[in-house]
Amino acid sequence: MKPLQKVAASILFAIFVSMALATFLLPVPYARQFRDTPNASPSTAHPLGTDGLGRDSLSRLLYGTRVSLLLAPAAAFLSTLIAAFLGSVAGLLGGWFERIVLAASDLSLALPWLFLLLVVRAMLPLDVPPLVSVVIAFLMMGLLGWQTSVRVICAAARGVRDSDFLLLARSTGCKPARLVWRHVAPNLRPLFYAQFFISIPLFILTEANLSILGLGVMEPMPSWGNLMRGFEDLSTLSANPWRLVPLILLVIVVMCFQLVLPTQEATQ
Amino acid sequence: MSETKTSTKLLRLGLRRLLVLLCLALVGALLSATLVRFAPGNSASERELDPRWRADSVEALRQQQALHQGLPSFYFHYLAALAHGDLGQSESLRRPVGELLRQRLPVTGNSVVGGLGVAWLAAALLASLGIACRGWFFEASTTAFNSLLLSLPSAVVAMLAVHLRTPVFCAIAVVVFPRLYGYIRNLLVRSYDQPHVLAARARGLGSSAIFLRHVLPLAAPPLLALLGVSFAISFGAAIPIEALCDSPGLGQLAWQAALSRDLPLIVNVTLIVALVMLAANSLGDLAGRTFSGQPQ
Repeated sequence: MKPLQKVAASILFAIFVSMALATFLLPVPYARQFRDTPNASPSTAHPLGTDGLGRDSLSRLLYGTRVSLLLAPAAAFLSTLIAAFLGSVAGLLGGWFERIVLAASDLSLALPWLFLLLVVRAMLPLDVPPLVSVVIAFLMMGLLGWQTSVRVICAAARGVRDSDFLLLARSTGCKPARLVWRHVAPNLRPLFYAQFFISIPLFILTEANLSILGLGVMEPMPSWGNLMRGFEDLSTLSANPWRLVPLILLVIVVMCFQLVLPTQEATQ
Repeated sequence: MSETKTSTKLLRLGLRRLLVLLCLALVGALLSATLVRFAPGNSASERELDPRWRADSVEALRQQQALHQGLPSFYFHYLAALAHGDLGQSESLRRPVGELLRQRLPVTGNSVVGGLGVAWLAAALLASLGIACRGWFFEASTTAFNSLLLSLPSAVVAMLAVHLRTPVFCAIAVVVFPRLYGYIRNLLVRSYDQPHVLAARARGLGSSAIFLRHVLPLAAPPLLALLGVSFAISFGAAIPIEALCDSPGLGQLAWQAALSRDLPLIVNVTLIVALVMLAANSLGDLAGRTFSGQPQ
């Protein structure tokens, strides 16, 4: 690991630890309103000030970080699970199943991802409790974000299918379940991990875009995207530049992920 | 003789792609019809809910509607209407979807083409500059700048464009540029590192001759394929950018449709965008294969 990658990994570790400890670090509950002090500047009581509704910005940032940083890996886990299953089966079986999976992946890749998410979001109710909106966002991203990974995993599984060690295992009478568990899965596991970690920054950005557009995590629950919705009001932003902290944190996290992780091209 | 064979293969490939595109259009249309058919509240019309209408009149009205017929009949009516350019009615805007698309598509088309033009030009220039002066400072600064742009959500870029009063195509270019630059740069580095390029350099060939004769033939096919993919990236970026910059394009229309849960509108907009994207991808791929002369 290069020194820069070590620094990025340390930053990510620190952010994830503060996210895990958010409950203990929260000065006040994220939804509590201080109606006498809306749009307050940073002070000892409110280190990052308050928002337009008088809610403590630091509490909202800490809780929003937790929501975004739990949502993205959860969605990445689901999408990698789907990609791992479809890609491995398609690569190992080949034939018409592989063709169908690859055609579905091509079709999804040709379509801008946000359009697909909007179609699915339009089918679901918008007026839902905040926690349900988090689950919907997580499921949408997880269920629709497997296309790129499935191609990479399928190609790797095809390579394993044609390998000598699998031929040897087959010729010794190894049963299909054992074949997959003992020979195929260990060879594809590093690829699954890579695809999982590569998907995380993508889902962080998608959640931010959806929430800014009012289609992701719903108020009053905070997320990085939700916290950035106020950026539209330039006058408030120029008067309270500390409101940019969620964006700065998001950029730092995504950049750190980019530094630490291999690129999609490298995994191919 | 060999050239004739290659062009015949390319023609076959083109026809096969066209057939696949038509099949996908049919599948997409059937999928859209299914979504529209089962959209919540889509089976009831306002007149059915009007208390002034008598029960037998409401029943007669239902009989007239394709929505209340069986699924195969509904598909047939939907596809027949689609073949005549009738994409249905938007529930939230109370206007024909086809008319909305005709109004909005040129706006997005102009923004996307302008954004892609700027992004491609900037990415190609910067990548070429990076090849010409390979130094750690240039590489580190461009990588950091590119990484920063990649880390910005498109919606934040859109808000920045609103504050700076820049045109929509500039915001699209900012979103597309880092994705193109990284790919083009890697491709050029790989192409310049090929043994035959090194051999050409050793023979004393000029830099323009090396680029035109040795690097471009190698890099052009993937670049042409990337052109198709970049269309999808820019259409995806158009949603938050048009929504937040108040640009009356397809992206804004899709966002409004999602917010008002106007399924017939969002589904048809997505179908049209999917077909445009598939056609662009197929054309890019075919152009790449024609350029490289490798139809398979």
